[in-house]
Amino acid sequence: MGYWRKLGALVGKDIAVEFKTKEMLSSMFIFSFLVIVIFAFAFTPSRATTREVFPGILWIGFAFAGVLGLNRSFAGEKDNDCLLGLMLTPVDRTAIFLAKAASNLLFLVAVEAVSLPLFFVLFDYRLEGPLWLLLAVILLGTIGFIVIGTFLAALAANTRASEILLPLILFPVIMPVVIGAVKCTAIVLAGVPPELKGELVRWVQLLGVYNIIFLTVPLMLFDYVLEV
Amino acid sequence: MKILSLLNKPTSGSLEINGEEVGENQSAFRRQIGVVSHQTFLYNHLTAFENLAFYGRMYEVPRLRERISQVMEEVGLQYVLGDPVRTFSRGMQQRLAIARAILHSPAALFLDEPYTGLDQHAVEILNQVLLGLQNQQRTVILVTHNFDQGLNLCDQAVIMVKGQLAHQAGREEFMARDFKQVYLRCVEGS
Repeated sequence: MGYWRKLGALVGKDIAVEFKTKEMLSSMFIFSFLVIVIFAFAFTPSRATTREVFPGILWIGFAFAGVLGLNRSFAGEKDNDCLLGLMLTPVDRTAIFLAKAASNLLFLVAVEAVSLPLFFVLFDYRLEGPLWLLLAVILLGTIGFIVIGTFLAALAANTRASEILLPLILFPVIMPVVIGAVKCTAIVLAGVPPELKGELVRWVQLLGVYNIIFLTVPLMLFDYVLEV
Repeated sequence: MKILSLLNKPTSGSLEINGEEVGENQSAFRRQIGVVSHQTFLYNHLTAFENLAFYGRMYEVPRLRERISQVMEEVGLQYVLGDPVRTFSRGMQQRLAIARAILHSPAALFLDEPYTGLDQHAVEILNQVLLGLQNQQRTVILVTHNFDQGLNLCDQAVIMVKGQLAHQAGREEFMARDFKQVYLRCVEGS
């Protein structure tokens, strides 16, 4: 029980800090908004090409906004060596990772919740599939992105050029998740045609397996990452 | 200090706290340790109360509000409980760091150069806190380059040179001898 209470306190602390600084949410949302505006002007909403690239644009906005957030997530812990302070406390290191991942997920979901309707409005896009399925697919992709990203952000945090290093190590690892999420989103946006149902299941399975692996690996290795 | 604080594992030898060897399950031992370093481990954007409440939850401190008021009074910061840490002077931040370190009433307190950047008032408060801990029969290990500060407070002095224990002396010895000369001989002889 103490484990979950401490995890809750860690998440609460991250939310309290973000509520006061608004460093992550504001930069993530502004970036996401800029992506929407730029692409909305670059592609004519009515064209078929736009419908084809829409899932990709959606995930470009989410992924790059997410990287901005991930970069900041451990930066705050470096001030005054707070991460070291956390490591001195009798809290399981996995709770530190899970709490950081949970708060990063919360922030990215908040940005997605605001920017997703904007994507649809500015691209004049009509959703043909069920909304719950689209949200489920986006959540699945976001979880994968965040668990891997949080782990690598912790790894990069102790380096001098962490803000440059993180995208460089993150994107090659995250590629299967992004591709899977884009494919799933495209199928759901198209209304899940019967001939693509099998493909959707396969991509969802890939996302699920990837999420499980990258939720397990950091739990085993996070202790060593913090010691680096 | 990092080994004592259970941040690093020893490559040789063993670490015992209260006669018990520290094994893989370190959580119980971490509860018995408080650390004050050059860095304060405090979140700048949170208030003094929020910082202490957060660390109190990590250490599962009982009657937390009461205990926070008590330690804030001990370090003379009860009047800034609701102020963000970023508005504090270096001395105030270090005093709050001391409050954070003693919040869970640790059996052993480790201090690594705690006097760095402290004003005279903060030095006095730190000395009072350390003497209070000494009276409560708690172990305090203080690493300092300030001979006079260190010798005034301690009852065992250890000179470390290049990571090796070069000399150890009890209070009687270092009060009777010119301990600075002993130190210089240790350093020059290394």
